[in-house]
Amino acid sequence: MVNASPEGADSDVILQLLGQVSDPEVPVLSILDLGIVRSWRQDENGVEVVITPTYSGCPAMDTIEADIRKTFLEAGYPSLEVRTVLDPPWTTDWMSAEGKEKLRAYGIAPPESKSADKRTLFGKEETVRCPHCRSLETEVVSMFGSTACKALYRCKDCLEPFDYFKCI
Amino acid sequence: MENPLLSYTLFLADNSLITGQRLSEWCGYGPILEQDIALSNIALDHLGQARMLLQYAAEQKGEGWTEDRLAYFRDEKNFRNLLMTELPKGDWGYTVMRAFLYDTYHFYEMTGLLQSKDEQLRAIAQKAIKEIRYHAQWSAEWVIRLGDGTEESHQRVKGSLLELWPFTGEFFETDEAAIELNGRGIAPNYAHIRTQWKAKVEEVLELATLERPEDGWMQSGGRNGAHTEHMGYLLAEMQHIPRSYPDAQW
Repeated sequence: MVNASPEGADSDVILQLLGQVSDPEVPVLSILDLGIVRSWRQDENGVEVVITPTYSGCPAMDTIEADIRKTFLEAGYPSLEVRTVLDPPWTTDWMSAEGKEKLRAYGIAPPESKSADKRTLFGKEETVRCPHCRSLETEVVSMFGSTACKALYRCKDCLEPFDYFKCI
Repeated sequence: MENPLLSYTLFLADNSLITGQRLSEWCGYGPILEQDIALSNIALDHLGQARMLLQYAAEQKGEGWTEDRLAYFRDEKNFRNLLMTELPKGDWGYTVMRAFLYDTYHFYEMTGLLQSKDEQLRAIAQKAIKEIRYHAQWSAEWVIRLGDGTEESHQRVKGSLLELWPFTGEFFETDEAAIELNGRGIAPNYAHIRTQWKAKVEEVLELATLERPEDGWMQSGGRNGAHTEHMGYLLAEMQHIPRSYPDAQW
């Protein structure tokens, strides 16, 4: 959810540039699709972009910051500030509908949009749709997958294992 | 007395840092690939949480302190982590039981911190609680699987539970800093956390067909820097590269 574009700023260009920066671990998603760009502004001193981490220990955050810098520098915006905020904490609910569709096409099941209350222990297990054959007959193999943001599932119909972008 | 907020921030940070360090020892050694990956993921979450807390502690300390300097250039007596977090990883049952006792505590501690009047601790807790919920669920499920598993797995986790129990008393100790911070609405009430922890631990142990040990004499000292004999080895491994090459850069 990016703030309304400030008046007089190159808002189209800036949004387009942010849309070019992808998640290094899930390259089909841009940082706008992921919902980690919280706001941006432009004034006479340059551009400031505010981002929030997905997981506390996500190793992609440093790369993302460097990629934003590189993209803006190459586009002729030499003074750029990238600021990281923790509050409010990122949630998979902020992922765009377009982003979810891109994930599915890439073979990763997108987070179920209505995420349960993450503060309760032993919530109900989510029903996850297989990104390959769209069956709902799937089972969890492990809640921890190839990256911090993913869980490992298996489809009982087409028998394919798949990654699920888990809700937080 | 040191600034109570700084002292408490370091207590939280060191618990996460040392837990993350211990769990990462499983990377490449897990019994099956999925569980190796699970523990590496959990270790990474703890490390990420430790970083946020150490950055906050460094900010409070000022004068050129950084998260790295706090992690790599403090000596044993200046670490405040709970003794349980530094104990060697043991076998799979021991790691799972320790994770369960600690994660359940960590879950209620961070839930309490969601109400903290300290803005930064509250922000960190909001971020961390989403991850801890997955940790606590994972370790509880494994305790049930092993406790209510084979004769061998039952014996192993039973032994681990008895060995670890004397280290649980330290979870709920309150020093001057904690009492003051609780009064100011910054730190949670640890007596309250104990009640919640006990109820959840009893519920899971029962499902695991394990008996909760009686409270007896409890280990203590981590908060004051009086660590077990294992801590020095852990720090030596964690700190030796930055201490040998203090100006090294990635």
